[in-house]
Amino acid sequence: MTPYFHLLQLVLPELIVVVTAIFVLTADLVFLRRAVLRTRLSTAVSLATIGCVAAVVAIARATESVNLFDGMLLANPLVHLVQIALLVLTVFVLLLAVDSDFTDHVGEFVLLLLLATVGMMFLVASQNLLTTFISLELLSLPLYILTGFDKRSARSSEAAVKYFLFGGMSAAFLLFGFSLLYGFANSTNFVEIAAAIHGPALNPLLILAIVTTVIGLGFKVAAVPFHFWAPDVYEAAPIPVAAFVASGSKVASFFVFFQLLAVGFAGAEGSAAWMHLVHGWVPVVAIVAALSMLLGNTVAIVQTGLRRLLAYSAIAHAGYMLIGIVAHTPIGLAALLYYVITYSLGTIGAFGVIGIVERASGSDQLANFNGLSKRSPILAGCLFIFLLSLAGIPPLAGFFGKFYLFVGALSATSGLLWLVALAIAMSAVSLYYYLRVLKRVYGEAADTTPLASSVVSVATPVVLAVLVVLFGCAPNLLLQPILNAVHALGN
Amino acid sequence: MLAWTIYISFFGALLQLFLPKGNNPLARALALLTALAGLCIAVTSFAQQRTGELITVANHAWIPALGINFHLAADGISLSLILLTGIVALTGVLFSWNIERRTNEFFAFYLLLIGCVYGVFLSYDLFLLFVFYEIVIIPKYFLITGWGSTRKDYGAMKLALYSFIGSAMVLVGLIAAYVVAGSKSMALNDLAGFAFSPHFQMWEFPLVFVGFAILAGLWPFHTWAPTGHVAAPTAVSMLLAGVVMKLGAYGCLRVAMTLFPHGLDPWGFSLIGLSSWRDVFALLAVIGIVWGALVAMVQQDFKFVIGYSSVSHMGFILLGLMTLNQIGISGAIIQMFSHGILAGLLFATVGRMVYDRTHTRELVKLGPMNLNKAIPFAAVTFVVGGMAGMGLPGFSGFVAELMILVGAWRAFPIFAIFVGVGIVVGVVYVWRAMQKAFFAEPGDVISHEPLPPITIPERLGSIILICTSVAIGIYPQLLLKIITPALNSPLFDGVRKGGW
Repeated sequence: MTPYFHLLQLVLPELIVVVTAIFVLTADLVFLRRAVLRTRLSTAVSLATIGCVAAVVAIARATESVNLFDGMLLANPLVHLVQIALLVLTVFVLLLAVDSDFTDHVGEFVLLLLLATVGMMFLVASQNLLTTFISLELLSLPLYILTGFDKRSARSSEAAVKYFLFGGMSAAFLLFGFSLLYGFANSTNFVEIAAAIHGPALNPLLILAIVTTVIGLGFKVAAVPFHFWAPDVYEAAPIPVAAFVASGSKVASFFVFFQLLAVGFAGAEGSAAWMHLVHGWVPVVAIVAALSMLLGNTVAIVQTGLRRLLAYSAIAHAGYMLIGIVAHTPIGLAALLYYVITYSLGTIGAFGVIGIVERASGSDQLANFNGLSKRSPILAGCLFIFLLSLAGIPPLAGFFGKFYLFVGALSATSGLLWLVALAIAMSAVSLYYYLRVLKRVYGEAADTTPLASSVVSVATPVVLAVLVVLFGCAPNLLLQPILNAVHALGN
Repeated sequence: MLAWTIYISFFGALLQLFLPKGNNPLARALALLTALAGLCIAVTSFAQQRTGELITVANHAWIPALGINFHLAADGISLSLILLTGIVALTGVLFSWNIERRTNEFFAFYLLLIGCVYGVFLSYDLFLLFVFYEIVIIPKYFLITGWGSTRKDYGAMKLALYSFIGSAMVLVGLIAAYVVAGSKSMALNDLAGFAFSPHFQMWEFPLVFVGFAILAGLWPFHTWAPTGHVAAPTAVSMLLAGVVMKLGAYGCLRVAMTLFPHGLDPWGFSLIGLSSWRDVFALLAVIGIVWGALVAMVQQDFKFVIGYSSVSHMGFILLGLMTLNQIGISGAIIQMFSHGILAGLLFATVGRMVYDRTHTRELVKLGPMNLNKAIPFAAVTFVVGGMAGMGLPGFSGFVAELMILVGAWRAFPIFAIFVGVGIVVGVVYVWRAMQKAFFAEPGDVISHEPLPPITIPERLGSIILICTSVAIGIYPQLLLKIITPALNSPLFDGVRKGGW
């Protein structure tokens, strides 16, 4: 067996997705050029879904654990789990696109979405600066284009430009940090970098490398103060794209954030314990987390559009999730994954509901949600579940996610109590703005005409809502596989 | 079997959502049936329980990775409160008979609330307890914004945020305790059996205690209670004052005091005469008693009178808990039961019988309406409820307040004097409200439509509540025989330090 053949076997899932992407593009260009938009979309989405499912099957069948070319390509249970989660999220995002009408370029749209997915899959499978950076760009470039995909909307283009400029700058920061790291370690492998920087005192240049890396990745996860792109992208990007940026991209970025800091910077952690701050990356991330929670939650209060509100709440949630990175323990990683996956499910669902309301009433202004429970009790119920899960109300998935994340943080070191207390206090603030939206949803309606929507576009939020409830009531369903994978890594 | 109180309530709530819209009689009948089933289970279990010892109701692995179980258990204390929940839930449905708008949604939220209240009282695993405790916030909020009156949005949001902040404090405390105890189990006895360091308990205790006590109306965190009660529809006021505030008091006793008993120990120094958290909370409780009573005395809105009287009566419970002697704590539990019944009765009278007919709660406007002639049943009910609340012998309030007073006399003689003042003021505000609302001089007779007569569900509900109060007043042993053994169980070992 040649090594190349072996390599192809290892990247079979990614390969399947790439082939699917090209196939969808060709099929759309060649056969469906003259079909109505709706048919083209549903065909393309069905094909892409089949491809993603095939990739999931390929991943599920792979049992091999390898680490190729200095960490450039990893295969282990944890990577597989995250990749499956990413593919499932992509499928849900694709389903949101079935009813949309923002573009005629169906093939290109699906192609870009799938290429971004491939970028995410490679990203989570990398423990090497080189492949990390390349996959990050493979993820980012399609996202910039997708954000501006609604060419009739000036705001969509504006958001894309903003996203691109911030993204380009942060990539530069990241690359700068990576180059410093390479200079230190003479290697691009995370583990070897960790071995090289291990020492009693931090080199000033290393501190610079830490800071620039946190800036670069902080941008991807929309943490304060690198969050400026998020409200615009959430507000103006086409619905499926906004959902994608808010879900899959978050999962992959958080995973690599954790890998890079916990594995690559092992030995330069420092400490964020109350009154015992020690230089290192942990205090930097802890401060970013605290700022994100504070700013995200307070600014969300004054928003009048639901998409912008979700953007600021996403910033706040990025703050909560960073706590898992601050903990940098196996429990912290498991908690982070549980949180970010269930968060993504809820967010995609919320965008699904917003999409339907937007198509019916023209915008995502909160007033358009008045009396939604009369217009569509099912969608109102779904939104109820998604927002309360984001607020962390039991028995929904968001509650257990928060609980486990805080347990993880405190069991790492009890000095993190200040961060946990801040997070819990801030979630009380978040309840305020979520409840204000839900009050409108269950309040009196000016307009009680039932919402027109297709079966698929209603079924997607319903399935997601069921998952959010299910993972909340029986967290073990998701937690046990995550823990198994994380523990398998440790041995 | 007790677990079915929870399941039936949730099932009833779910069923309400699938009822045909607009079929109000069906929704009511279903709600009544659900509440009745819950009460029947509670009464049966109550009758079967003779010793008050802890019985496990259900125990299934839930999240094995974290040692969290779906563990339900009941002892004498929880059983008493479950009985209370059953009674208040049933009468609450009877007093919501006139809800015409979105009836099935109303009862869905209502039954969800009831189910969670049962859940809190039954939970033995603290994670489970917290889950139920926190879900309660959501139906409360929507019941008030959807069906409330006076400043309902403000009242509902204030109540939701106060509750959520309280539960946030509890969550911080519980997670810290769970992690310190080794992240192996969330069961009450495991955590209570773990020897937390005194230093840890010293900050954990006030955190968790205050977290729960916010919901129990501890002064100065009580302000959500009057506004929330006033904004809420009648049945929800009954539930809020009747059982939801008890959740807070129950949590104080069941969680804060059993897990962190050393938090009650002296600090080792004295600050303006206070030398332990016990003194601090006793003082706050006494201030609550007197303050609530004084403020109730000057209210113009009839419902605010009852709202502030609740704060005053809840102060008795917290004071009783802080006595740390058997008679005081038993008295506190009886007061939880008694106040649940009586607050329910008073809110039903004011909110349903008077307000829904006269559409005003201003005492000055009610006076000229000559209500004792127009709706004599309401007048009688209010007199009985008011008397029972102010501590007339023969009613449950008397037994409870007497026991707390005796306990307080042993533990804090000076505070006991102020409590006496509070009781006297209590007589005054009940008397004043009664006189102004029902027995004022008939003024210039304002011509108005004759008020609709008191309906059968209202009569039935009032009679159930009054009879319960009388039963406990005459024969407190009914509850005490199962409360005392529960308090003497090993779980409360750390609490018994005020001379048992």
